[in-house]
Amino acid sequence: MAKVTVWGSLRSQTGGQATVEIEARNVMELLARLGESYPGLQPTLKRGVSVSIDGLIYREGWLQPLQPETEVYLLPRMTGG
Amino acid sequence: MPLDNPSANTRKYKLVGTRPDRQDGFDKVTGRAKFGADAVAPGQLAGSILRSPHAHARIRSIDTSKAEKLAGVKAVVTRADFPDKTAGDSGLFDILTNIMARDKALYEGHAVAAVAAVSPAVAKQALKLIKVDYEVLPHVTDVDEAMKPTAPVLHPKLFTEGLAEKPKKPSNIARRYEFGHGDVEAGFAKADIIVERSFKTEATHQGYIEPHACLANVSPDGSGELWVCTQGHFMVRDYCARLLGLEISKLRVTASEIGGGFGGKTTVFLEPVALALSRKANRPVKLVMSRDEVFKCTGPTSSASIDVKIGVTKDGLITAADATLRYQGGAFPGSPAEFGAMSAFAQYHLDNVRTIAYDVVTNRPKQAAYRAPGAPMANFAVESMIEELAHKLGMAPIDFRIKNAAREGTRSSYGPVYGPIGLLATLEEARKHPHFKAPLGPNQGRGMAAGFWFNFGGQSCVSLNIPVDGTVTISVGSPDIGGSRASMCLMTAEELGIPYEHVRAIIADTSSLGYNDVTDGSRTTFATGMACILAARDAIKKLCQRAARMWGIPEEAVTWEKGYAKPAGANAGNFPPLSLKEIAAASGGTGGPIAGHHEYSADGAGVSFATHICDVEVDPETGATRIVRYTVLQDAGKAVHPSYVEGQFQGGAVQGIGWALNEEYVYGKDGRLQNAGFLDYRIPVCSDLPMIDTKILEIPNPGHPYGVRGVGETSIVPPLAAVANAVSNAVGVRMTELPISPPRLLKALDTVSLAKAS
Repeated sequence: MAKVTVWGSLRSQTGGQATVEIEARNVMELLARLGESYPGLQPTLKRGVSVSIDGLIYREGWLQPLQPETEVYLLPRMTGG
Repeated sequence: MPLDNPSANTRKYKLVGTRPDRQDGFDKVTGRAKFGADAVAPGQLAGSILRSPHAHARIRSIDTSKAEKLAGVKAVVTRADFPDKTAGDSGLFDILTNIMARDKALYEGHAVAAVAAVSPAVAKQALKLIKVDYEVLPHVTDVDEAMKPTAPVLHPKLFTEGLAEKPKKPSNIARRYEFGHGDVEAGFAKADIIVERSFKTEATHQGYIEPHACLANVSPDGSGELWVCTQGHFMVRDYCARLLGLEISKLRVTASEIGGGFGGKTTVFLEPVALALSRKANRPVKLVMSRDEVFKCTGPTSSASIDVKIGVTKDGLITAADATLRYQGGAFPGSPAEFGAMSAFAQYHLDNVRTIAYDVVTNRPKQAAYRAPGAPMANFAVESMIEELAHKLGMAPIDFRIKNAAREGTRSSYGPVYGPIGLLATLEEARKHPHFKAPLGPNQGRGMAAGFWFNFGGQSCVSLNIPVDGTVTISVGSPDIGGSRASMCLMTAEELGIPYEHVRAIIADTSSLGYNDVTDGSRTTFATGMACILAARDAIKKLCQRAARMWGIPEEAVTWEKGYAKPAGANAGNFPPLSLKEIAAASGGTGGPIAGHHEYSADGAGVSFATHICDVEVDPETGATRIVRYTVLQDAGKAVHPSYVEGQFQGGAVQGIGWALNEEYVYGKDGRLQNAGFLDYRIPVCSDLPMIDTKILEIPNPGHPYGVRGVGETSIVPPLAAVANAVSNAVGVRMTELPISPPRLLKALDTVSLAKAS
């Protein structure tokens, strides 16, 4: 079970939980199951997110593997100028 | 894997780290380079756009009949020519609405119709014949005013996201974000000193010299070509195809040379309109913006209103930090408020931190990205407070920053724990820099600030071709804004072991390469550069295969060294090395052309930090501020072409100086922009500035084979605060609003004088 921390204003969509546990082998599975488990997150996920895996930020890394002890943070989709 | 390059810091480079001339330089200094407005097509028409004079107005009707009858007019388009094909994608629908107004004009300059005619004069004449029936509505341009319950609402279906419950009424607040960890109230309870202030910054434009321009040519068979000045021609292709219902593969987009972008050319404005006109007229159509249009209709950055509260102990440890950030992003959701919130305190080790951000819409042009979007304004507020707290504590500001600096293992204010980061290195380097020891003169002050930006990698695709003379062409899909072609050539030549002059880079069109992300996010030298290295390695495998065939030995028995194929050992045979040139010359007979290729999505860019030091001199009579000395210290991972790294450092600093001292969007009470030109919107020029000193730190990024880290954006983050701190220290008044223009500074000085007198 990957432990995923969502940013503060998304916690109203996860029943107030800062961190939720999701069974997922990689980022793609994680995002899909996160949306299934917490439908209120769907608009945010649809708009696009980045994830931080053990401190390293991935914008596109859907296939990055996740280990049970991995620290995952959901972040807004990275942008730049 | 992103972090499998541990040897980057031990590698010795022959070319990477040198400063050869850029290969596009000759064309640019002789006027041969072709920019957006330089393309010509047989039979092309001149396009022109009619724009709303009102900040907010309902469009009751548009009558184009007289314009269509004018001799020489070949096509007129309005909202009716842009049916909604966005399939529920709200972000794309906003772009559609921005390029051509639908039910309402949402800001002064919003496009309401466009004409293609045989000459610019006829096109302008036709615009005057278009009758638009407007119902003028109340408007709002200030972020704080726009958040009030009494403010005119721009979008009746906009309900704030990010709240515990969906609001019952629409408002101008599109989204609320919150980040942080710990317990800020408990943290403040432990503080000996708490300081709380509010700050404001104005919108600034990216200020690129080249206005937006394109030439569109759509054929009746549904295929099309577009020549355009942009930071990302694949992005332009995909947006235009989706907005106009074209097949992506039938639209071929070529990027022109680009006269600056800085984030402002990361979306579409003219391009879908030019394509729609061309499709309707069945002729090529060129559209070129005037400077007035660039200011009024393309994206400046957000203006911001920010509250910051920080608590510290007597010995200088921050116990809690809290900020509320309000960013207006023009007439559509999407201001970089969340990135302001995420980056505000990112340079500090904090046990208790909270940032709340609001993305707000107003009757201004839709904001576009600008170097490290959202971060400079937040940094201005936080680093101003850090300076003030240091003074209250009696600590040197740099010592206070070092004491509280984020480091490896720090939980960032936006969540994840940092790996190895270079902030402390820039701060320590700053502390021992001669700039810090230089004496200050009368009316002079010194300020500093530390700043952060994320960086990212993204999608890149590179093809490398080796013709028979042994020279090399690399085709990349990332428009070159800051000298990236030189860096691509350096890395490719380094990898192949051939001279820099033997490699040439071109920006290929969208039909020649796989998708490439926009040149933004400080990603190109990192990600596209890595794709060049990996394409070169792919080519080396093929070169070794050809050598093996020529020698009649197994491929595995050939190795590549300094531009030559060699037998891997004595058992492989005794053959004289074959140069790249010799293998290329024989390629026709050994298997045909030799090419390398790589496509991927790069991650592992690594976050970036910088520290800036600024000296100013203030004229107390006029309120004018002059930059006396300025130093940038930043981690580049590995500087591939140090001159262009320095250029990025200097350019970011100068743009930040302009943001701090001069640049602002000035709106009248009628909601119209008062200063849409470079005479009234004052960007710093060379004669305003000293040479910006730079110090490149090279702490290798393990996410890149050579240790490269993006450098293009972080340098604009600290200047706002560094300048404001220097001015505040010079005059003894905390400056909380930008720009610190002469009238604003004089007013602050007068207020202090009056207070002292009373």
